[in-house]
Amino acid sequence: MVKHMTRNRRSFLKLAGAAIALSIAPLKLLAEFVRPEKALAATDLDGVFAQLGTPTDSDQIMLESPDIAENGAVVPVGVTSNIPGTSKIYVVIEKNPNPLAAAFAIPEGTEAFVQTRVKVAQTSPIYAVVEAGGKLYKTSRETKVTLGGCGG
Amino acid sequence: MKRREFTQMLGLGLAAGMSLPMLNGCSRKPASSESIYNLPKFGNVHFMHMTDAHAQLMPIYYREPSTNIGVHEARNRVPHLVGDAFLKANGLPRDSHLAHAFTYLDFTAAAQQYGKVGGFAHLATLVKQVRASRPGSLLLDGGDLWQGSATSLWTNGQDMVDASKALGIDIMTGHWEFTLGADRVMEIIENDLNGHIDFVAQNVKDFDFGDPVFAGHTMKEMNGVPVAVIGQAFPYTPIANPGHFTPDWTFGIQERELQEEIDKVRKAGAQVVILLSHNGADVDIKLASRVSGLNAIMGGHTHDAIPQAIEVKNAAGELTLVTNAGSNGKFLGVLDFDVQNGKVAGWHYQLLPVFADLLAPDPTMSALIDNIRAPFAKQLNEKLATTEGLLYRRGNFNGSFDQLIVDALMDVKGAEIAFSPGFRWGTSLLPGDDITMEDLMSQVAITYPQTTLNSFTGERIKFILEDVADNLFNPDPYYQQGGDMVRVGGLDYTINPNADSGNRISDMRLNGKPLEASKTYKVAGWAPVAEGVSGEPIWDVVSGWLRNKKSIPLVAAKQPKIIGLNDNQGIA
Repeated sequence: MVKHMTRNRRSFLKLAGAAIALSIAPLKLLAEFVRPEKALAATDLDGVFAQLGTPTDSDQIMLESPDIAENGAVVPVGVTSNIPGTSKIYVVIEKNPNPLAAAFAIPEGTEAFVQTRVKVAQTSPIYAVVEAGGKLYKTSRETKVTLGGCGG
Repeated sequence: MKRREFTQMLGLGLAAGMSLPMLNGCSRKPASSESIYNLPKFGNVHFMHMTDAHAQLMPIYYREPSTNIGVHEARNRVPHLVGDAFLKANGLPRDSHLAHAFTYLDFTAAAQQYGKVGGFAHLATLVKQVRASRPGSLLLDGGDLWQGSATSLWTNGQDMVDASKALGIDIMTGHWEFTLGADRVMEIIENDLNGHIDFVAQNVKDFDFGDPVFAGHTMKEMNGVPVAVIGQAFPYTPIANPGHFTPDWTFGIQERELQEEIDKVRKAGAQVVILLSHNGADVDIKLASRVSGLNAIMGGHTHDAIPQAIEVKNAAGELTLVTNAGSNGKFLGVLDFDVQNGKVAGWHYQLLPVFADLLAPDPTMSALIDNIRAPFAKQLNEKLATTEGLLYRRGNFNGSFDQLIVDALMDVKGAEIAFSPGFRWGTSLLPGDDITMEDLMSQVAITYPQTTLNSFTGERIKFILEDVADNLFNPDPYYQQGGDMVRVGGLDYTINPNADSGNRISDMRLNGKPLEASKTYKVAGWAPVAEGVSGEPIWDVVSGWLRNKKSIPLVAAKQPKIIGLNDNQGIA
């Protein structure tokens, strides 16, 4: 039997799209978070780390990104930090013109898990950088961006 | 005569080590049967496996590669052995049915001697024979079943859906199926497969919500033993093929989700768990080592016909078998497990070649195929030209059929250079054979057949070659896509498969002159992955060219200069 949980949510949204009121993100939570302007403006990895600080490697960060991007314009990236006291999570795409792609504030008492979509201009190492207890930690993996075609 | 001789060869093959290593407690007698197709039953759990049939309902010729280079860990490792090295590693005798089935050696003479391979009517006979000796067995198909022929394209996959139901396929996964478009795939699953064939794919999700698109697995009880088959569709479908066919779906290897799926079916009582995969052999081998709880990965995609099951130590330190069952209906894999007290006590695997001359066609399937083909008989049988030489595709670099296609493209489009995708499907023709429209379609039958003429700089051309080379030769199989190198017309180049990404291609020359990075060249191609590209279908371009030529002299398939390989047994 083929199960059709399949397109349910999507079909439901298509049918009821107009009627759904999107909940407003609790912006207040982010009020304390200061945009890391200088790090966002940096044009290489060293520049980003010069602003944020230099992270050390950690095996307590789980970084999920595709091995090969299906669409470099919207690459799903997920970061989970098991480091106690995680307060910030950054996503850095080394080879992008501006490597720092996303910065998240993790309010105390919330699960240190974020998911986002980032643009990856070309094959690049992706870094998940975590701030916890005033220190920086990182892990990385490569996502390949290819022209596509020619398979099979 | 042929059958007897084949049996004798088989005997040799088995004596020389074609039968497979057993786990402790396994007591299968060596096969000394009248025929390779009379496999003694072993155990109580049985899976038949076919993959990458590419819609070849009729018997065909299919030349295995003379170039199948493995790099880094895959160097000189199965399946990256060709010719004599392949025979030696698998204990197969030269000049035999089996040598012909598994290698390119003396291809033309051997094909003339041993005849065509595959064909659903012949395959159906073999499936029935295996089922008779192994009641309850399941027939698994690894995908690339609904694409690759004229009739599959012209019927929108319906011919293959009907034939696969008649064949008795129980469970399948997919790749080229998705190039029919998401709606057509769902229509087939809902209307045709429902209650007949379970379409499984744990690694296909809705892009926005992460909801599963298909069932991840199916569970069955076989001779009192609960078994589960998990599906793994081709992880890079929307990259290797146009993503616009499945705009709402995301794929990928999905190791973590796969482990969760395995744990779920084990918890539900499955005593044998199989991953039916379209990963490709090297990805299968890596994946087998990184998850636990799988008894076997039965895979396809890279079209590797691997006679023996590969024993991989999985993430829990236990055994996971990896099998790959070739392509084009040429082989049927049979994997037996002996399950005692809830545990696998032994196993046996054999990959059976389907020789049309050795297996009588199944009358029901023959009739079905006749019905499918009748409305198209005139188009299928149209003779376009005659070939004086062997035409084939498979191999890391240009095959002669691809050379013909790029030659035609350059000629018709007035291009200096032509590109053709490194597909691994595409059947072979022997010297003196007619090239019919059906034969041409077996090289080009896709749902995005548009031809193009572009102006590319030398720099762009190098970038394209480097990009495809990395999809073939990246040291990590998870970064490979499983096709062969893009076929190139007009251009000479040197390739170092072992070099780093971006540095494999050098010395690109056009008519002896170095390609200039900033100069613009006219490049013809086909099979665009972008949406909305228009252009004459490739079959119109090539058929018109063939009709004018009438006779095609021996085609020398242009090969790049290959450097940096040290004693690599993946190249003849």
